Amino acid sequence: MAYTVIGKNVTRVDAVAKVTGKARYTDDFSERDMLVGKILHSPYAHAIVKSIDVSKAKALPGVEAVLTYKDLPDIRYATSMPGIIEAIATDEVDVAELKYGTAGHPFSLDTSHRDKEDRHILTQKARFVGDNIAAVVATDALIASKALKLIEVEYEVLEALTSTEAALKEGAPLIHDDCERNILASNGYAIGDIEEAFKESDHVIEGEYETSIVQHCHMENHVSHAYVDSDRRINIMTSTQIPHIVRRIVAQSLGISWGRVRVIKPYVGGGFGNKQDVCIEPLNAAMSLAVGGRPVRLELSREEAMIDTRTRHAFKFKIKTGINNDGKINGIYISAVSNTGAYASHGHSIASSGGGKFRYLYPTKALKYDPITVYTNLPVAGAMRGYGTPQIFFAFESHIEDIAKKLKLDPVEIRKKNLVEVGFVEPLSKNKIMSCGIRECIDKGRELIKWDAKRALYKEQSGDKRRGLGMACFSYASGTYPVALELAGVRIVMNQDGSVQLQLGATEIGQGSDTVFAQMVSEVLGIPMYMVHVISTQDTDITPFDTGSYASRQTYVSGMAVEKAAREVKEKVLAVAHNMTDIPAHLLDLQEEHIVFKGSGERVLALEVVAMQSYYDRVHAQPITSDVSNNARINAIPFGVTFAEVEVDIKTGKIKILEIFNVHDSGKIVNPLLAEGQVHGGVSMAIGYALSEQLLFDEKTGKPLNNNLLDYKLPTIMDTPDIGAAFVEQEDPTGPFGVKSLGEPPTVSPAPAIRNAVLNATGVAFNRIPMNPQRVFEKFKETGLI
Amino acid sequence: MYDIKGYFDAETVSEATALLADNPNLKLIAGGTDVLIKMHGGQLEDAELLSLRKIKSLENIHVAEDGTIIIGAMATFSMIFHNPILKDLIPILTEAAISMGGPQIRNIATIGGNVCNGATSADSASSLFALNAQLRLQDKNGERVVPIREFYLGPGKVALNPGEILTEILIGPKDYQGFGGQYIKFAMREAMDIATLGVAVVCKVQSGNFEEVRIGLGVAGPTPLRCLEAEEYAKGKKITSETLAEIGKLAVKSAKARTSWRASKEYREHLVEELTQRALKIAVVNAGGAEVV
Repeated sequence: MAYTVIGKNVTRVDAVAKVTGKARYTDDFSERDMLVGKILHSPYAHAIVKSIDVSKAKALPGVEAVLTYKDLPDIRYATSMPGIIEAIATDEVDVAELKYGTAGHPFSLDTSHRDKEDRHILTQKARFVGDNIAAVVATDALIASKALKLIEVEYEVLEALTSTEAALKEGAPLIHDDCERNILASNGYAIGDIEEAFKESDHVIEGEYETSIVQHCHMENHVSHAYVDSDRRINIMTSTQIPHIVRRIVAQSLGISWGRVRVIKPYVGGGFGNKQDVCIEPLNAAMSLAVGGRPVRLELSREEAMIDTRTRHAFKFKIKTGINNDGKINGIYISAVSNTGAYASHGHSIASSGGGKFRYLYPTKALKYDPITVYTNLPVAGAMRGYGTPQIFFAFESHIEDIAKKLKLDPVEIRKKNLVEVGFVEPLSKNKIMSCGIRECIDKGRELIKWDAKRALYKEQSGDKRRGLGMACFSYASGTYPVALELAGVRIVMNQDGSVQLQLGATEIGQGSDTVFAQMVSEVLGIPMYMVHVISTQDTDITPFDTGSYASRQTYVSGMAVEKAAREVKEKVLAVAHNMTDIPAHLLDLQEEHIVFKGSGERVLALEVVAMQSYYDRVHAQPITSDVSNNARINAIPFGVTFAEVEVDIKTGKIKILEIFNVHDSGKIVNPLLAEGQVHGGVSMAIGYALSEQLLFDEKTGKPLNNNLLDYKLPTIMDTPDIGAAFVEQEDPTGPFGVKSLGEPPTVSPAPAIRNAVLNATGVAFNRIPMNPQRVFEKFKETGLI
Repeated sequence: MYDIKGYFDAETVSEATALLADNPNLKLIAGGTDVLIKMHGGQLEDAELLSLRKIKSLENIHVAEDGTIIIGAMATFSMIFHNPILKDLIPILTEAAISMGGPQIRNIATIGGNVCNGATSADSASSLFALNAQLRLQDKNGERVVPIREFYLGPGKVALNPGEILTEILIGPKDYQGFGGQYIKFAMREAMDIATLGVAVVCKVQSGNFEEVRIGLGVAGPTPLRCLEAEEYAKGKKITSETLAEIGKLAVKSAKARTSWRASKEYREHLVEELTQRALKIAVVNAGGAEVV
C-alpha cells in the first residue's frame, strides 16, 4: 500500500529534547527536601540474619530512618504524620510478612497463571550476595552510606549454591522452603511422538550447549523517588518500562489497594527488560512511609544495579535431533536447565517463552521440550531482550550447523529444507503464520555477505589468522498472545487547529515507539508529524491502561490501538464535516490538513475549520476525542537471519567480526532509520553475548567478581563492526499497516551465526558462550590447533 | 557524593611540597581518575586531598639540550599522544597513551598519576620500563632521581617517600636514539579496558643482528617488569624467526604470571611468548632492519 508517512525516515519526536539535554529523566526531577535512601546488601550468598543492631546507625546525625526486615511492620505506628499510614495499610496486614512477585506481567484473574510470590521488601534470609537486608534513609547520600556501615548484622552462613548442579544435588539446602530440590517449575510441551520420530530417522544426532549470565547494562541505572501526597496516596516517579504494573506490585507489596498508588514514568534511558520488573519501587515506597511520607530518592549505583536488579538466565541444553539423509528433520528433543538465581522474577516464563517462539521456525512431526528452572544463590534472572530466545536459538542453530557438518549437508540448504511456510498453524498456540519472508531474508543475507564466493575462498586455510562465515535463523512473536493479556490503551484529543495530543499507555524507553505511533496518527489523519504531540510521560492517574513496553509488542499491539483511536477521530472529523457541508462522510477523506473528496483529492474544508466548529458550534459543540482500548487476540510471527564473517587469531584466541548482516522479516517497516537503529543495538548486544560478556562469581561464595563496566566486558563502539541491516518487507495482514515486531528480534541470531563462522574458520565447535580469548585459547589447545 | 574531608591546591611545586610537609596525611590528586574511583569504592575514606592541577609547569614536555626527553608528571595522556616530539622520538609511549581508557579519561588522567598509582596494568608502564625511564622526585628539602624499575615496589606500592611528589619523567638519549620500538596492548576490548598484557619492546639493529633489545611487560607480574634474560640472549644475535622464538620463550621466564578470574597463568605466559615476538618483528622494521618472515 502507498503511504504518506508510514515507511518514511521521519525524525524521532524526542530527538531535539534528547540531543539538547532538555529531556528530563527520573533523576532530573526533584521534590523539596528530598531524602536519600540506601540499601544494606548481604555480603553472603546464602545466610540467615541471627541478629541485627541498628542503634549506631540510627544515632548518626542526619539519619532519618533505618528499616530492616523486622522493622517494616512498625512503619504504621512510627509515622510522624498520624492518620496517614493507618489509612494506607489495614490493621490485618503485616507488611514484613507480605510476599510478592516482581515480574512485569499483566495480572491474571486465573490464580494458576500468576507469577510466584517469593519476595519480601527486606529479607531475614539472604539468598544472593546483594540481597536486601536493611535500608537507611538520610539527609544525604554520604550520611546514608556511613550509616549502612554502622548496622551490625550477625549472619548464620549457609552453603552457597552457585550452580544449578549444586542446587539440584540430593540433600542440597533449600533456597525457598516451598520448592523441593530448588526447582521453581518444570513444565514443557510435547507435540507428536518423539520416540517414533527418532525411529523413522536415518540419523539421531545429539549435542550439548551452554549460555552464560549476562546483564542488560542500560545507560540509566534503576532510580526512583517516592512520597505520600496530600491525598494520602503513594506517589512514585521511576525509570520503568511498566508504570501500570509497578503501581499494582507496589500496592501488593504493601498490602494496600491499588488506587492508592500513583506511578509516573518520565523519559527512560534504556531498559532491555531489566525495567520490566519491579526492583526498587516497593522498598522506595516503604522508605517514604518510614519517614512519615517525606520524599525519598533511591538510586542504584552501577555496581549495585549489576547484581541487584536482574540478569539473563544462563541455560544448559541437551538436544537430540532425528533427521533423514536428505536433511529433513523428523523430530527434535530439547531438555534445558535454566538458572533463575535467588528469586523467581520472570522465572520459568523465560524457558517457556524461548521454547514457545522456537516452535515457529522448523515445524516437525515431533517436538518435545523439557525445561526446568532452578533457584540458585546468584543474582535474580529476569526479562532481557529476547526473553529466552537468544539461549534456545544459540543452542539449536549451533546444533543444526553441527548436524550439517556431520552429514556433509549445506548449512543453508538444511535450514531451508525444514523452514516453516505461510499457512502453518502452530498446534499449541494456534497462532497461524500469515506472512513469512525467512527464505527471502536468507537469500538477501547470502548475497550481501557474498557467502558463496567467500565460503569457497576460505576452504583451505592454515595460517595464524583464519576467516570463516556462518549464519543462523530465528523466529519470534509480536507480543505474548495467547500466553498473556495483550491490552493497549490510547487517547487522542484534537485541538482547535486540527493538531492532536496522543496519549499512550505504551512506554517510550528509547526504542522509538512514540515516533512510530505519531507516524500512524499522522498517516490516518492526514496531518504532518509536527501536528501530532505525543505525551511521552506516563502517569497512571491519567494515562490509558496498557501494560507497558516488553515482548516487542508496541508497534504491533499498541499500534492496533493507535490506529483504532486515530480512525475514530477521523470518523468524527468527517461526521462534523458532513454536518457542515451535507456531503456524505463516506465520500470524504483527510489529506494534508484538509477534508477532501476521496479519489479526486479536491479540497472541501480545512481541517482547522472543522476542528473549530467542533469546539464552538453553539448547538453541536463537542470537541473531537477518542479513548480506546484494544485487546489483541492474535499474533504475527517475525523471522530473520544473521550472516557473519569472522577472522580468528589462532595464537591469541581473539575473534574479530569482519562483516555482519541481520536481515529481518518484520512486516512493513514504519520507520526504516529507527528500524536500522534497533538492529544495530540488538546485534551489538548479541556480539557481546557471543564474544565477551559474562557476569562471573566466586564458585564457593557466590561473590560477584566483575559487577562493574571495567571488568564486565560490554563491547565499546571500537569493538563493534559496521552492522548491516536489511529488511524483507512482507506486510502481515493482521498488524496495523502490515507490521510485525522488531524490538527484540535483532539480538536472537547473531551469537550462533558468529559461533558457526568460527567453526567454519577453524573447524572448532564452541558449544559455550562467550567465546572469549581465554576460552578460545583453551579449546584450541585441547583440539591441538596450537 | 565523595567522602572528601579537606581539599587543598597548590600553584607551584614548592607550594605543594610545603603543604605536604605540613600535613603528611594529604593524598595527592592529579587527574583523579584513580583516586576518585578508590573513594567511590570505599577504599579511601575521609580524604584530605592536595590537588596538583594548577601547577602548569608540570605539564611541560620538551627535549633538553643533551637530548634527554622530559615529560612533566601532570601531562595528560591526550597531551602525550598529541605531542609531536614524543610521537617522533618515542612512539611506543604515545601508542601506550592512546590505548588508555577513553577520550574523556585521556583528557584528564596524567602520566604521573598513572605511574604513582603503582598498578602493574598502568598503560604507560611497560613503555617506560622498556625506555629505561628515570623519575625526578621532589620534596621540601630537595630532589632525587630514581630509575623506574626501582620505583615499583609491589601492587599499588611505589617508592614515593612521605612528602615527595613526582615532578618529571626523564628518558636519556642513549636509551631511545637509534632504537625502533613497538607497543602492544592486549586487552579484551579495543577501548576502555585494562590490559591483559602490555608489551613494549625497543631494539637497535646492526647489519642483521640485534645490537640491543629491551622488553617491558605490564600485567605479567605484580609490578611491570623487564625481561633481562631474553634481552641478554638477544644481544648480537642474528635476527631470524628462530631467534625471536627463543626470545619469546626466555621472556616467559622473567614473567611472574598467575591465574586469576581474568586469565590463567598458562594463557598469560602463552601471550608473553607470542606477543613479545609480534612486537619485536615490527620493532625490527622500525629500527631499520629487514622484515622477519
